[in-house]
Amino acid sequence: MATSEVERRRGQLAALSIAAVVIMVGVPLWWRTTETYRAWLPVSQINELANMQLQLSADVEVVFARGTVTPEQQKKVPLTQTQDEEHTVDENTALRYRYEIRYRTATIMEEDALDQPTAAEADLSLHTLSESPCGSLVVYVIPESSSLLPEDMDVYIGQRRTALLRIGAQMRVGRTVEQLLAHLEPRIKQVLQVMSFSHTDITAALSDRVRLSPGNKESIADSMRAFKSSPGYEITFSLLNPDPKSHRLHWDIEGAVQTYIQPLLTKLAPVANFSLDSQTLYYAMLGVNPRFDSSSSAYTLNSDSLAHVINPVEARLGSNAASSNPVLNFLLYVPDAHHSPLYIHDNKKQEVPSNAFHSPRWGGIMVYNVNGFYRPEAVLPVDININMAKVMGVFLAQLRLLLGVQSSTAPPGFLMAPCGSTGLADWELDRLMWSRSVENVATATTTITSLAQLLDQIGNIVINDNIAEQVSSAVTSLQLAVAELEAGNLGFALQYSKEAIMASERAFFDPSLLHLLYFPDDQKFAIYIPLFLPMCVPILLSLLKIVSEARQKRREKQAKKD
Amino acid sequence: MKILTFFSLFSTFLSANSINVEENAGQFFSSGHTNNWAVLVCTSRFWFNYRHVANTLSVYRSVKRLGIPDSHIVLMLADDMACNHRNPKPATVFSHKNMELNVYGDDVEVDYRGYEVTVENFLRVLTGRLPPSTPRSKRLLSDDRSNILIYLTGHGGNGFLKFQDSEEISNVELADAFEQMWQKRRYNELLFIIDTCQGASMYERFYSPNLMALASSQVGEDSLSHQPDLAIGVHLMDRYTFYLLEFLEDIHPASKANMKDLFKVCPKSQCVSTPGHRTDLFLRDPGSALITDFFGSVRKVEITMETINLTDLIKEAEQKDNVQQMLEMVTNEMNILKLWFDSNKLSLNLNKTKFMIFGNHTTNIDVKIVIDNKTIERVYESKFLGVVLDHKLCWKPHIKYLCMKMARSIGILSKTR
Repeated sequence: MATSEVERRRGQLAALSIAAVVIMVGVPLWWRTTETYRAWLPVSQINELANMQLQLSADVEVVFARGTVTPEQQKKVPLTQTQDEEHTVDENTALRYRYEIRYRTATIMEEDALDQPTAAEADLSLHTLSESPCGSLVVYVIPESSSLLPEDMDVYIGQRRTALLRIGAQMRVGRTVEQLLAHLEPRIKQVLQVMSFSHTDITAALSDRVRLSPGNKESIADSMRAFKSSPGYEITFSLLNPDPKSHRLHWDIEGAVQTYIQPLLTKLAPVANFSLDSQTLYYAMLGVNPRFDSSSSAYTLNSDSLAHVINPVEARLGSNAASSNPVLNFLLYVPDAHHSPLYIHDNKKQEVPSNAFHSPRWGGIMVYNVNGFYRPEAVLPVDININMAKVMGVFLAQLRLLLGVQSSTAPPGFLMAPCGSTGLADWELDRLMWSRSVENVATATTTITSLAQLLDQIGNIVINDNIAEQVSSAVTSLQLAVAELEAGNLGFALQYSKEAIMASERAFFDPSLLHLLYFPDDQKFAIYIPLFLPMCVPILLSLLKIVSEARQKRREKQAKKD
Repeated sequence: MKILTFFSLFSTFLSANSINVEENAGQFFSSGHTNNWAVLVCTSRFWFNYRHVANTLSVYRSVKRLGIPDSHIVLMLADDMACNHRNPKPATVFSHKNMELNVYGDDVEVDYRGYEVTVENFLRVLTGRLPPSTPRSKRLLSDDRSNILIYLTGHGGNGFLKFQDSEEISNVELADAFEQMWQKRRYNELLFIIDTCQGASMYERFYSPNLMALASSQVGEDSLSHQPDLAIGVHLMDRYTFYLLEFLEDIHPASKANMKDLFKVCPKSQCVSTPGHRTDLFLRDPGSALITDFFGSVRKVEITMETINLTDLIKEAEQKDNVQQMLEMVTNEMNILKLWFDSNKLSLNLNKTKFMIFGNHTTNIDVKIVIDNKTIERVYESKFLGVVLDHKLCWKPHIKYLCMKMARSIGILSKTR
């Protein structure tokens, strides 16, 4: 009786203490050990960035040459104007373009420079005077009587960052400074849209973020043609010789690359890194059979069959296994002796002067005919030196198209200078930098926001410290890039946007972020029940017994009282 | 009269033809993709699952025949049937009985083989989260203009697909992986084909745009195999893929067959199971999507209309050579001068010697003058006889220098006030 009492007491104490240990120690321990490590992410800043309000600022200096303003008006000029243009792209994206226009009169040195006979020479001498910083423009307003521009052209766009604008006929007599400025404003805006950025360019750069319905076939083609912004590109030049028995080809590719291509790539260094290589492929045929055209006694390839040329060749072109950068392939095909000369015909069956074609986001192919270099009775194989200037002229043009240097058709009345020795005018570089900065900022923002969303949704992914670090650095770089774009420092904006995109890509594509921890609920039960049920059942039963006995005792006590 | 009608008919025929050519050119850009990728996965091990490897290899061959190169195909085979001990014909994998068609050949490039084919690696390939040491051939380097074909085959069930007999991928994980691909714009359009039992359950949970899915059987149905070969001893192909391949053999790179024809492949009479498809997430009309948009690789092509005239560059290169020649002459003369100084016991202070090139050339020409193994410093402005000379021969530095001098004097005057 007493011992059984003690036994029962002991049993109750044991059950209570086990239950206490399970609840106080066991449950917190289990909770902590099955937690996933998640480093802190700046979620509020990321959400702020998701709502993108970009402001692009451009500086324009408008210089009035002699004869455009009267001496009294010259005193009112210099002045500064700021113009804003707001556009709302969608509910999360808004753009503002700010143009800071400074008006002044020309200095003596500039007048002398403008006294040259042709616009090209005037442009050249104006360059020696001053160097405009990246992202700014200088527009020289010349009188209507000036002979620098031909009759029907009103604007000359130079090789650096200058433009010559001819004042209109109605501004000849009796106008105030306000009228003059009002007359010039839309024309300056037009020049700005060609030389700096236009709304279509910027919205095209935002295509990652905002899928707009494309306007017409040309805009679809334009957006598909150029490679997306990437920190590096690989360029490969290949010489295809299907007939080594007849032609022994020599091409000075190293010299040609150094002279013609490297200046362009050096100029584009702020935009991306480029790595170049070259190769020669023997017995590489085109996949299509050219047709013999007796009217011109030459073999022809028409535009429909061009699409099938690339695939059989591509299998033989190697690529650099170490990097994942996009590859641009430039192929020079020398037709074999039996199919020479080979010309490419366009849709209208006309010969193409460049004898080359390119494929969007892939590269270009040029056909180089050598049958003119040797007589039919010459001893085979013949040594042939390829004229690299002609070849590189075509490849350079294709490279410009594929990199997104838009050679859009100029508006009517505009005369463009041919691009300089590097193959790229300064204002074209500025345009590319504007659109690349915006594209990088948009892509980095989308990446960071979707990463934050993903990590929020899936509670089981481990977020390591290095990922949190990359995300924070991406957010900082993005904020800096947006600030620099607002301030108008294009070079710094591009640099920060590149850093932002590299950090965000590294964070998004980190190998540790793989979500393999999807457990359906029934699997979770299946894991925990065999572990916890056998242990909990006796404890629960004994607790219930304790409770029921305590209740019984209380009832007996109450019965005794009564 | 007859001639007139004949002429009018002829002219309408001509105009119709030319419109056709324009349409062809226009259609190039209607699908919105510039390159094609294919991810082909066989998930089963063991000899008796020979047919799954044969399925994948047959699709691989068709895709290569229609133009997608190996660099754009990620082929994952979980087991090696060609070199299996039980294969009576080593180095071959047949897809037709009586050994009619060897789909292994000698130009098969398998990217993930054997135990590398796991759920983790498959998801890593799709989402791009591979370790940095992964070579290019094992990566899916697609961009926002890529059309991707994904083909899975193996043993599956309601909502899962078995990998390597030890793990599974669920339809939720697959749908999440596609959503992550969409977030990062890793595809333009995606075609998902699965040949397993209850295959339709795998595409039930998709929610990303621009996905089209085909499966060989509905939920609750089994996908059956086609035919055994008594010499090899196993079933060679699955029914759905067999009839899919028969359909693809009629497709050539210029073919205009569209997706609606693909949906009709293998009706219940031939397949015993009911193939299913899902197109609600696909933004275009399936009738306008060509088979070659996914299975082939028809490149868009544009004629290059512009060239850059580079003959001027040769002149400038010659000018650059002129600068080099001039520098060589200067170096020679300076060496002779140094010799004269030394022989007359006079010393020439090379540290204080500077050189400057006047002219309009771009200043980043890499030029050096070396005298007695000492590089002479290049300067861009220097004071000579009281005047600061600039390499562009403009007066800016001199004006600056004068302004500084005057400012100093004026400052002193103001102190005396």
